[in-house]
Amino acid sequence: MDRKLAVYVCKGCDIGASLDIDALKDVATSELEVELCREHECLCGAGGRELIRQDVLEGVNAPVVAACSPRLMIDAFTFDGCRTERVNLREHVVWSHEPNDEDTQMLAEDYLRMGVARARKAELPEPFHEEVDQTILVVGGGVSGMSAALGAAGAGQDVVLVEKAEELGGWMGRFKRHIPHEAPYRDPQPSNIDEQIAKVRGHQRIQVHTDTTIEKISGQPGQFDVTLHTNHGSDTTTSLRVGAIVQATGWKPYDATRLGHLGYGACPNVITNVQMEEQLASGPPKRPSDGKPARRIAFIQCAGSRDKDHLPYCSAVCCRVSIKQALTVRELDPEAEVYVLYKDIRTPGQYEDFYRRAQEDSAIFFTKAEVEGVGEAGDHNPLVRAKDTLVGEDIQLEADLVVLATGMVPAAADGEALRRLADAKAVVAKGEAGAQLEAAKETLASLSHMDGGEILNLTYRQGPDLPVLKYDFPDSHFICFPYETRRTGIYAAGCVRAPEDAMLAREDGAGAALKAIQTVRLATRGEAVHPRWGDMSYPDFNLQRCTQCKRCTEECPFGTLNEDVKGTPQLNAIRCRRCGICMGACPERIISFKDYSVDIVSSMIKAVNIPDEFDEKPRLLGLLCENDAYPALDTAGLKRIRHSANIRFIPVRCLGSINTVWIADALSRGYDGILLVGCRSGDDYQCHFIRGSELMQTRSGNIQEKLKQLALEEERVRLEQLAINEFDRLPEIINEFAAQIDEIGMNPFKGF
Amino acid sequence: MSAATDGIPVVGNRGKVLVIGGGITGITAAIEASEAGCEVVLAEKAAYLGGRVARMNQYFPKMCPPQCGLEINLRRFKTNPLIRALTLADVEEIRGTPGDYHVTIRQHPRGVTEKCTTCGACVDVCPVERADEFNLGMGTTKAIYLPYEMAYPLRLAIDTEACLGTECGKCVTACPFDAIDLAQKDETVEVDVDAVIVATGWEPYEATQIEGLGFGTHPDIVTNVMMERMASPMGPTDGKIVKPSDGGPVRSVAFVQCAGSRDDNYLKHCSGVCCMGSLKQTRYIREQYPEAEINVFYIDLRAPGRLEDFLQAQQEDEKLHLVKGKVARIDVTDDGLLVQAEDVLSGTRVSRAADLVVLATGIVPSDTHGIRIEGNGGLATDAHGFLTRAQPSAGVLVAGCAARPTDVATCVRDATGAVMNALQFCTE
Repeated sequence: MDRKLAVYVCKGCDIGASLDIDALKDVATSELEVELCREHECLCGAGGRELIRQDVLEGVNAPVVAACSPRLMIDAFTFDGCRTERVNLREHVVWSHEPNDEDTQMLAEDYLRMGVARARKAELPEPFHEEVDQTILVVGGGVSGMSAALGAAGAGQDVVLVEKAEELGGWMGRFKRHIPHEAPYRDPQPSNIDEQIAKVRGHQRIQVHTDTTIEKISGQPGQFDVTLHTNHGSDTTTSLRVGAIVQATGWKPYDATRLGHLGYGACPNVITNVQMEEQLASGPPKRPSDGKPARRIAFIQCAGSRDKDHLPYCSAVCCRVSIKQALTVRELDPEAEVYVLYKDIRTPGQYEDFYRRAQEDSAIFFTKAEVEGVGEAGDHNPLVRAKDTLVGEDIQLEADLVVLATGMVPAAADGEALRRLADAKAVVAKGEAGAQLEAAKETLASLSHMDGGEILNLTYRQGPDLPVLKYDFPDSHFICFPYETRRTGIYAAGCVRAPEDAMLAREDGAGAALKAIQTVRLATRGEAVHPRWGDMSYPDFNLQRCTQCKRCTEECPFGTLNEDVKGTPQLNAIRCRRCGICMGACPERIISFKDYSVDIVSSMIKAVNIPDEFDEKPRLLGLLCENDAYPALDTAGLKRIRHSANIRFIPVRCLGSINTVWIADALSRGYDGILLVGCRSGDDYQCHFIRGSELMQTRSGNIQEKLKQLALEEERVRLEQLAINEFDRLPEIINEFAAQIDEIGMNPFKGF
Repeated sequence: MSAATDGIPVVGNRGKVLVIGGGITGITAAIEASEAGCEVVLAEKAAYLGGRVARMNQYFPKMCPPQCGLEINLRRFKTNPLIRALTLADVEEIRGTPGDYHVTIRQHPRGVTEKCTTCGACVDVCPVERADEFNLGMGTTKAIYLPYEMAYPLRLAIDTEACLGTECGKCVTACPFDAIDLAQKDETVEVDVDAVIVATGWEPYEATQIEGLGFGTHPDIVTNVMMERMASPMGPTDGKIVKPSDGGPVRSVAFVQCAGSRDDNYLKHCSGVCCMGSLKQTRYIREQYPEAEINVFYIDLRAPGRLEDFLQAQQEDEKLHLVKGKVARIDVTDDGLLVQAEDVLSGTRVSRAADLVVLATGIVPSDTHGIRIEGNGGLATDAHGFLTRAQPSAGVLVAGCAARPTDVATCVRDATGAVMNALQFCTE
């Protein structure tokens, strides 16, 4: 379809009073040769919208609206079949610069040039349509997995539930009583797991495979081809197709044999909380050494938890589990005495009532204590040594039985490490030599314990399982988006994702199932999932020019791209999150989106009018992360905070999508400096594309090299990290950068 | 297995959900439901979405601003045709049965219509100042005000109680876009939905009720929620943490944990987040005052899960003292504030001077008595006033801090899980 542009200039909100609107329109019509250019007192009002709508009916399909920030009035400027280009004259021009000033006018005109340049090249994306299977695969049949399966099935999805054990139920299936999850939060509750198992078994939409593991998963969301392997005496293989996956593989108790200092293994009457749970299922606790009733029981909290030599984290449930066990002991044997030695009792929310219930029992004693060790007194009685107690002195406590409240370890597989392990094996098998072989051997030595630990067995270039974060949890790292995942359509839920109680694990399963449903629904519509929800653009690869450098496949944070044997990227568009990091990575510039490409942004950069060196008007380019830095600049405008009018900003999907050719284009075009503003990287990264900001940091190292080769000052390109609420700092950064460039002087390439 | 390519629905194909509350839980529930194909009506009682989190400076443990996630979420709101957000809206009655609810919502006047462009001409001429409730009364705004710079909807609102009305009318004259309507009245909106998600959130506990801690008697005794505003670049002090009494620097700070919490006289429950909240705020202090002495008085330090790392990191701070003991009282002396507590571990009484005292007050569930359930009065609550999971009608689901005090990440998970449960009642 022919593109028909029209420019609309709004005069409301100080724009008309601060700019020479006729001159601006003249840029559109005379210089840029846009046929139609109109002005209006208030474009977002009914009259303004109607003005544009009439033109759209007459054939305009690429309206360029020069008014307020593109973050606002989105509905007002959306027209059927059109791609609206927004030029931010309000927040970024008249609200943040001197009115009726030459520089402000130049800025507005440049933004209009940039907007028209983009409108001439960007196209409305067409969705990627493929056949999408709606089935949800749930891996793990514990409380989270069953909750995911029941939730999805209840909402009308077909579900395949895979459990490696012979029975459903997981750990909770082995425990008789729960922490109370409902008011009045005072007494342990009977388990209802059997009921849940029966529901799962009886649901016509749920297909259950127990005693089953996953041999292989290939494909992408909506098209995952799964091979299951079932033991059941004779090995059988099942192939099926699913649309999305919930990984609810649960947890393992921390290995208590590493807790020798707490008497485990040395003293038979030192057991773990899991063993205690099994004991309590069949009656009052007994001493393993002689089978006599255990009447004096000591719980040691944080056994191997909150301990840098073991699990550095808190497992969040052990306090309540010990309270539950203590109350159960007292109920089964009113003669028993219970001691709970803790660092901090952690019973958040209404669980305080549960703690209070135990404190009311005169034979349950809580004391803060640093447990130093557990030895053995006569008759295999464990002897607990502790210091820093509430009574202020060192104590020794002789007990019949000691229960170690051990923590939870995620039952996850580290996909990226498994990938490194496989690569190292390949290097050794090939018979490579020298440093490469040494490195491979080192990897083998450090990772061989993971061998065979695959769970999902994805045929992804970036590894067979979900990437893990700190302490091996395949968690999201995002507070606002806890289900965010680096493998689209695969969601972790329950204790594999974070240590938590059964109620939270159940809710988590439900939540993850919802995300899985969204994945198949959005894939059916050809739309992206979080964080670019609804985006229908996807990367297009011009593979004839691909040099197989593998940067795109390596840098994609979401494992979107596989490689063929030669190393050519193979797109799995439904895995894609549309961040554009591949586009930024590609040295051949062969990756483009319909509405976001190297060429489109280059055209915008080149559209700016660069005054010659004698004008003493430096020009700076700013590339801003559209989610954080760009809104921060809008807010600065709303607060009427001024910044240098020498800079021109372009929002980018992610700093990681910045192709270094844009920097080269800008410098050769005569820009004097380039400012890149993105999100925080590092451990507490805020980049919603995980690695974009970090990748830009690496690339900016290369940029500095290039600057050196060109004999340009490295200060001409600056990378800054900024949070969205630092709207006060951004103008400072801009002004400081502008001042620095003034000091350095003009780009010597200007005018060439 | 099942497949679908054709007949792709353009609008909701999974029924309709009402979300009560537009804080982080409600926003998340609305988005998650819409992205699963539900039509959503969200009713928020305030003039903007974002609730309590919008007033926070940063989240623990990442020390990132809530506006970052809100930006992504609100972009979805702006562009998703399945969501309809009502502000200044109170849900009055829920009638019917799961899959077939009729809800009455009362919409209060904003006084400013959708024609508003946030140009601010009205604010300049408004003659009335009112307490800035967004900043918890620290500072003032005009009677016509923008709730805060990143609010959604980004539109002015009129405090009808403070406004002088048509007699004044200066804003009406000043508005270039004819966006002000002082004649607006309450309106009733009726919606039919399949399920209801109650995400009414929380209020900070009223600190004046706590005996001995002196809130209200001295300006340098503040609460944790006030501290968030003081640290925020959008707050009343532009992010500078100073003594409210004289605007001077802060050399010593005391945090009083469980201020009115885990206490039979006030709140029996633990609010679950105040330990982490205070540890986070010690970082605000440290960033601005590298030399300040900080004391945190606690009963138990509750940093569950991997939040433990944050506690460990703070323990490295040599000028941060974690004292196990409950604060008995705060004395106002000529030399400043004196925090009196018992150090439980040493068994001694301790007295520490502080330029600024931060009371870590707890989370109280928001009042939901205004919401009537047909045939049953109202929503069911537990002994602490939180809504119970089981409600009189099965299609009424509870999420976030309305059900229990918890952190943002848990609220978000909760909201997502609640939507899954709501889908059980949604008919295509």
